[in-house]
Amino acid sequence: MNNVLTVENVCKNYGSFTALNNVSISVPKGSVFGLLGPNGAGKTSLIRIINQITLPDSGAVYLDGEILQPHHIQHIGYLPEERGLYKSMKVGEQALYLAQLKGMSKDEAKKKLKFWFEKFEITHWWDKKIQELSKGMAQKVQFIVTVMHSPKLLIFDEPFSGFDPINANLIKDEILNLRNEGASIIFSTHRMESVEEMCDYIALINKSNKILDGKLKAIKLQFKTNQFEVGLLSANKELLLNQISAQFTVENSQLMSFNDDLRLLISLKNGETSKDLIEFLNNKAQITHFTEVIPSVNDIFLKSVASNN
Amino acid sequence: MDKLKLIIKREFFAKVKNKSFIVMTALSPLMVVGLFSLIIFLNEKNAEEIRAIAFVDESQKFSDAFEDSDAVKYIDLTSLGIEQAKVKTKEFYYGLLVIPKSDSLNELSNNITFFSNDTPSLTVLNSIESKLEKKIRNLKIAQLQIDVDKIKSIETKVTIDAENFSGEKSSKIGSILRMAAGGGFGYLIFMFIIIYGTSVMRSVIEEKTSRIIEVIISSVKPFQLMMGKIIGNAMAGILQFIIWMVIGGILLTAITLYFGVGDVSSSSAQMAPEMVQQMQQSSNNDLQLILQEIKNLPILTMFFSFIVYFLGGYLIYSSIYAAIGAAVDSETDTQQFMMPVLTPLVIAIYVGFSVIENPHGPIAVAFSLFPLTSPIVMLMRIPFGVPWWQLITSITLLIITFIGMVWFAAKIYRVGILMYGKKPSYKEIYKWLKY
Repeated sequence: MNNVLTVENVCKNYGSFTALNNVSISVPKGSVFGLLGPNGAGKTSLIRIINQITLPDSGAVYLDGEILQPHHIQHIGYLPEERGLYKSMKVGEQALYLAQLKGMSKDEAKKKLKFWFEKFEITHWWDKKIQELSKGMAQKVQFIVTVMHSPKLLIFDEPFSGFDPINANLIKDEILNLRNEGASIIFSTHRMESVEEMCDYIALINKSNKILDGKLKAIKLQFKTNQFEVGLLSANKELLLNQISAQFTVENSQLMSFNDDLRLLISLKNGETSKDLIEFLNNKAQITHFTEVIPSVNDIFLKSVASNN
Repeated sequence: MDKLKLIIKREFFAKVKNKSFIVMTALSPLMVVGLFSLIIFLNEKNAEEIRAIAFVDESQKFSDAFEDSDAVKYIDLTSLGIEQAKVKTKEFYYGLLVIPKSDSLNELSNNITFFSNDTPSLTVLNSIESKLEKKIRNLKIAQLQIDVDKIKSIETKVTIDAENFSGEKSSKIGSILRMAAGGGFGYLIFMFIIIYGTSVMRSVIEEKTSRIIEVIISSVKPFQLMMGKIIGNAMAGILQFIIWMVIGGILLTAITLYFGVGDVSSSSAQMAPEMVQQMQQSSNNDLQLILQEIKNLPILTMFFSFIVYFLGGYLIYSSIYAAIGAAVDSETDTQQFMMPVLTPLVIAIYVGFSVIENPHGPIAVAFSLFPLTSPIVMLMRIPFGVPWWQLITSITLLIITFIGMVWFAAKIYRVGILMYGKKPSYKEIYKWLKY
């Protein structure tokens, strides 16, 4: 069994509104899985079904090959987008309570919490009430509460919101650490650069339907447009540009460089390869820069959603 | 099950450790005792005031009718004459009683006047009148030349011993006490249901607005959370009730020991004037009778039925409160849903207070069986004795209703806690039932 989580043909309706329509995803073990989609696409509904907060109308969810059961909640850690803790309860007391609700014994929970509090250097917060902490501080506590029971599957919904860059980085490193230690992570966010940075797999949900999923690298390759960015040195820029334009589709490139005469974005037609382009250019000018354009997750997101709509 | 226990524990301690709970629990009995003590104290203070009353007895017949008591002193100003006595009284005394000279006792009795600076207190007038009546009566008896002792021997005092068929003694004081106990307990249940129901609602709203709800229900079922909350709060309520009962019991015992034994001997040793002594004795008897009647109340039955009916009524209403809390975003949005909840409770209180007058009438029986009002109305009836079949029917109906209500509330709760942003209508809530 290579998938920690399998969602099969899940449908969910609220009255006449369809929140999820026949959605299937597989989250491979030890991966970071990006769950992407515009607001209101159905991500939260899916996450709630995985957390057994709501039940699907049809379809099935498997955790580690077993159909989802109540006792599985101790193997799942969930950080909801809308954070919250009991405001008037003490940090330590509260964390212990939530750990016990996840099925940990009190001693075990104390040990784990001590470890995490020391790691984040917040041991002195133990007896403070949440309302005395700043938002960012409370978020840290919430992160600990999410991961303290060492779940197999971690679900983070916008984990970086509310953190300053330093703490966001700290949290990012911790998430990757957890992955390296064997946990699988579902990561829902609108910050595409962190998807780019962290995710191994992604799925894109739009209007209750999954419209795209797979390994991030494969999807990127699938979305590449056979465009190349080139930088060239030449004595006669006009002549060179005319020569290239006669052969290829050329746009101006945004490429930043200081010693090129020409910066171009060249699209290849079907059947043409990068080899053809390099040979052509090499005969005409000195190549200072040559890169294949790989679409960003942001581009893929916008393009897929636009074409789906 | 373990999780339910954890939730109950948290909810219980969250409530019990709350400052307002501690203050309420500790201060309420003190406030009640304080209030009663204040009333008694003020009464006694009032009674302690010694009034000096002057009299001018021109008929010369009443000089021995007025004996000083603890509260009133009589000063004979007959020698000064009316006008001078008036001047003196104005300055020094509470009032002046003028008895004119007259041969006919009947005529005389209609011409006695009391002068005073302010409107005289009724008790003072009554006491003077009864003294005069007694004296005039004795004078008339003397005129008729009848032996006073013989007259006294035909006077009989009748006290009716009221008793029900199972041999329990009842008395007027007893039934007043039953009314007070029933009313008090019914009202207490009313207050407890509202206080602890609202507290459940607040706690639901708090979890919803602080958004911790999603974290918690990713660990436990919404039903467990709701029940944990309801049970935790109920336990806090019962704890508060037991604390009040224990404090009440201690105070009652203290009062019994202090008044019940202490005062009888001291008053009999005291050689007070006849009337005063009589009054004191009768008031002492009253107190002893009250204490006796308190002991006669079915206190144990009342205690347990309070717990049963509190739990039943509270479970019904607090699950509605929990559903309301789940349906709204903030406490200000709860208004439109509160009315239908409070209405049966308020009706129960009104019916209850009229039921006390006629505890076994058809209205009383009907409302003490109807589960939305029975916790209050039945509790008001219990001190008067309720047939077993009615108790059992009422409790059965209560249990069936609370199971139904909890099921119904859980459905709304489950959906409501995850709904944000819009104030739901009844129609919308009805839709949730089918999700």
